[in-house]
Amino acid sequence: MANDCFLLEIDDLHKSFGDLEVLKGINLRVRPGEVIILIGPSGSGKSTFLRCINRLEEPTRGRIRVDGTEIMARGVDLNRVRKDIGIVFQAFNLYPHLTALGNVTLALRKVLRMSRQDAEACGRRMLEHVGLAEKADAYPSELSGGQQQRVAIARALALEPKLMLFDEPTSALDPELVGSVLKVMRDLRDEGMTMVVVTHEMSFARDAGDRVLFMDGGEIVEEGPPSTIFRNPAHQRTREFLQRVLHV
Amino acid sequence: MRGLGDTFFNLQVIEKYLPALLSGFRVTLALAGAVVTLGILLGLTLAMVRAFRFRVVNWLIVAFVDLFRTLPQLVVLVFAYFGLPYAGITISGFTAATLGLGLVLAAFAEEAFWAAITAIPRGQWEAARSTGLSFAQALGSVVMPQAVRIAIPLLTNRTIAITKGTALASVIAVPEILDKAQSAMSLSSNASPLIIGAGLYLAIFAPFVVFSRWLERRFGWII
Repeated sequence: MANDCFLLEIDDLHKSFGDLEVLKGINLRVRPGEVIILIGPSGSGKSTFLRCINRLEEPTRGRIRVDGTEIMARGVDLNRVRKDIGIVFQAFNLYPHLTALGNVTLALRKVLRMSRQDAEACGRRMLEHVGLAEKADAYPSELSGGQQQRVAIARALALEPKLMLFDEPTSALDPELVGSVLKVMRDLRDEGMTMVVVTHEMSFARDAGDRVLFMDGGEIVEEGPPSTIFRNPAHQRTREFLQRVLHV
Repeated sequence: MRGLGDTFFNLQVIEKYLPALLSGFRVTLALAGAVVTLGILLGLTLAMVRAFRFRVVNWLIVAFVDLFRTLPQLVVLVFAYFGLPYAGITISGFTAATLGLGLVLAAFAEEAFWAAITAIPRGQWEAARSTGLSFAQALGSVVMPQAVRIAIPLLTNRTIAITKGTALASVIAVPEILDKAQSAMSLSSNASPLIIGAGLYLAIFAPFVVFSRWLERRFGWII
């Protein structure tokens, strides 16, 4: 088995909330540098699936390997695992009491134990990377939604993760601010970052995704390259979903 | 009767008893400081411990909080001073008052801090934990700095109310302002010491109230 060519391996992942089974056995292999797009109707389980990958949601059962580390194993150091998996949330979740730079440097100082000086140098580089060098000293409440989300991306990138998860990163943004965030994500892709992205931005899915997964009812209904999924979906459910979202 | 002035603003009486009242002032100030320090720090600690959600520990914390929120402050003071000696523990009036009022304040402060902790959106925890911070680090660096700001307006009124309860310590022989004023009143058969006492309370608590207003404004920006 050539396990080594996969950065993320997920086998038979299940998640239930009480009697409600939200994920019904998900399997996924992701190669380094690959960009996976998760689409599907709301309630299909895509966010839950994404959040299981760094165990923000605790899977009910299944296997998850990130760069060879079995992260569901008993006794695994979850904080160490999470350092390698960045996540960006729909609601940004910036720390309101810290500046943009403070948001980016907190984990550098607390988790990586960097000195304040080193952390701030690194933090400024990260903010520059997302085009916000001049906003280092601004508080989240002083930033637009698009800027906040780019700070959140910088915060995740600062830890040099191997994998980035995006949970509907542009859904809370005004339409004119979406582009700035997608641009940062496209740049990341071009730099070779491995990404799993839950999104409703179909144009982004089409031109930035290597593979599109359509989820419905807690399962991956079909997957394939964007050209196939968008032009020639095999399943009726996929066709219906695409018709709804592409013609609204 | 020689009029209101003599009864309430008798300069001779004031001059004679002012040193005693000023010593009461220092005791009240020290007592208030001790009560606020003990109450706020203990309340903060209990709320943070409660965030870890150890079942038995939390049960004990809630029992402590509910007990001390229910009992009248005077009952707590009297029990600490007159009750504990029967259990072989004898403490000074000052210690009993600090402990009694401090525990009552701690109970209310715990509730205020706890309410604030639970008001922090889940996304804040998730953002912190997803970047590799431990639970304790997320609590200390992300949740508490925000929770304290939220708790301040909830806390200030209660802190002032309980700290004013230092006057109750006169009942357990703590030589604070009211105690000194009362004995001066009976010795002189004149109400002037009480007026001075009231003025001394104002001198302590008016700045306290102004400071709490400033705190509320200063930290009112969040949420």
